[in-house]
Amino acid sequence: MAILELRDLTKRFGETVAVDRFTLSVEKGEFVSLLGPSGCGKTTTLQMIAGFETPTGGSIALNGRDLSKVPARARGLGIVFQTYALFPHMTVEENVGFGLEMRKVPADERKRRIAATLDLVHLSHLATRYPRQMSGGQRQRVALARALVIEPELLLLDEPLSNLDAKLREEMQLELRRIQQEAGVTTLLVTHDQSEAMALSDRIAVMQGGRLIQEATPFEAYDRPTNGFVSSFLGKSNAIDAHLEAGGAGTTQLRCGDIRLDAPASSHGPGAVLVSLRPERIEFCGAGEGIVSGTVVERVFLGDQWLFKVKTGLGELLVVRRNSGRREPEVGETVHLSWQAEHLRLLEAGSAA
Amino acid sequence: MSGERARPWLLSAPALLLFAVMLVTPLVMTAILSFNSFDFYGGIQPTFGLGNYADVLGDGYFYEIFGRTFLIALATTVICALIGTPQAYFLLRMHPFWRSVMILVVLGPLLISVVVRTLGWAILLGNNGVINEALRNLGLIERPLKMMYTSGGIVLALVHVMVPFMILAVWAALQRQDPATEKAAESLGAKPITVFRRIVLPQAMPGILSGSLIVFSLSASAFATPAILGGRRVKVVSTTVYDEFLNTLNWPLGAAIAIILLVSVLAIMVAWNRLVEKRFAGVFQ
Repeated sequence: MAILELRDLTKRFGETVAVDRFTLSVEKGEFVSLLGPSGCGKTTTLQMIAGFETPTGGSIALNGRDLSKVPARARGLGIVFQTYALFPHMTVEENVGFGLEMRKVPADERKRRIAATLDLVHLSHLATRYPRQMSGGQRQRVALARALVIEPELLLLDEPLSNLDAKLREEMQLELRRIQQEAGVTTLLVTHDQSEAMALSDRIAVMQGGRLIQEATPFEAYDRPTNGFVSSFLGKSNAIDAHLEAGGAGTTQLRCGDIRLDAPASSHGPGAVLVSLRPERIEFCGAGEGIVSGTVVERVFLGDQWLFKVKTGLGELLVVRRNSGRREPEVGETVHLSWQAEHLRLLEAGSAA
Repeated sequence: MSGERARPWLLSAPALLLFAVMLVTPLVMTAILSFNSFDFYGGIQPTFGLGNYADVLGDGYFYEIFGRTFLIALATTVICALIGTPQAYFLLRMHPFWRSVMILVVLGPLLISVVVRTLGWAILLGNNGVINEALRNLGLIERPLKMMYTSGGIVLALVHVMVPFMILAVWAALQRQDPATEKAAESLGAKPITVFRRIVLPQAMPGILSGSLIVFSLSASAFATPAILGGRRVKVVSTTVYDEFLNTLNWPLGAAIAIILLVSVLAIMVAWNRLVEKRFAGVFQ
């Protein structure tokens, strides 16, 4: 059964439409991400669910209960803010206990639940510290504990990791996932970071311009994006403008300038299409075996990977290769590229961001 | 290297010079003066003793004046905090346009000369003043309420001019707080009044503290307002010092009273500062 049901949710600020008929449902125990660039309406959506913004249209239902007349304080949601919003004048314990105090939970039970939640986020040893005496990662955990201790039906995370440095962010991703699963809490994450969304969620809802563009599992959204925006926003991608044409014997071909490519099976009719090809699906091969050849114009070493920019007849293509210790082509070298036709994704022309 | 090191000193030299000439020198001279003695026929005698301090500390008359001064300052500070804190919170949440208008309104009293402002209060508070006349005409009172030449009148006029200092100090503190903390408290189930009491107020404490330090010290040493509204009857420390210097011409005694006022205000401020910082340790960096 769906815990959260958003139906045609709309928010207008004067003339601008921040959120446009947004529909989404979140199942019990699920971890769903709202992913999109800044200004795509994801934060406004979260604010409306939390009760800090009033929707212009549409409905929000939590566990079948309509939330439109329910003030923020009575919604019972756990929220982790981007700035953490810890109460600076209270210790960790007092911060975590605040929600229980508001719910008039008896002192002994309160103590027990604070201890259990601090244990969950591995902060038991810092219970009497003040927020300013803690690191960013620790504050993050306090914010999470404060939101979880009230056993919310829904946990809202507003860019929770964006204030952490890269290494800590990766650690916290794993940690966040563990905590979410241990607590078994339904979670909605708002983020602009595609790797965060993919690492954490069961499902991703990609937003652009206030609208839902694609809703899928991370693998599906990455591997089968429904349009050019999703394909370029999730990971790296090569976008090639092409023409789909009938080839001989019932096959189809892609024409791109004077280059012809085998097309994958698809339901697209003939005409202009956008072809998306992931850089890691392209391989280097010997002369004469390649689909296109080109010159390496840039080479970046990323530790576990090499990133190449290759100038070809199809335009500049990104190629990613795993670092396996072999010699890699240098800038200026001619390389031959090949790929499986099934790795090409045909998308609606002009849908790139 | 030596040029590098001299630069900060050179840059602060004008301020240091001004500070030394205008503040330190008169203070030191006042302190020295307070140890001299006074003779009705011979004037100031260049002796050195604690006689003046013994006179002040041994006389109940002076205790009464100091007690009254600190009570007036305390009452002014408390009322300013009670009025100023909520007002600063409203200012913070106002639309930027109305906020600038309201800040101007708040600063209004400071734009008027202290003498003019205080005479205005005298017109309002007098036995035949505006307030008493109005109440009498409405039939609410038979005999005029006594407001001139009372401590209450002085507090009223002091609050009027001191409240901007409190508002600005609290406002500055509130601007430093993360507005998301209010939302966080709300999402955890707190009612607006609880949010104000438990979340906003403690975070405003540094502002209330600095505001009350300013208001208390300015009120304890205020001269024009108590001189005009208190007259000869309601004496405070600063008017007493004035009288010693200009009427009795006993400068050493006046200097001793001034030094005692300075030291006791300092002591009260330091103690209050310690107390609040200890109590609200989390908010102070």
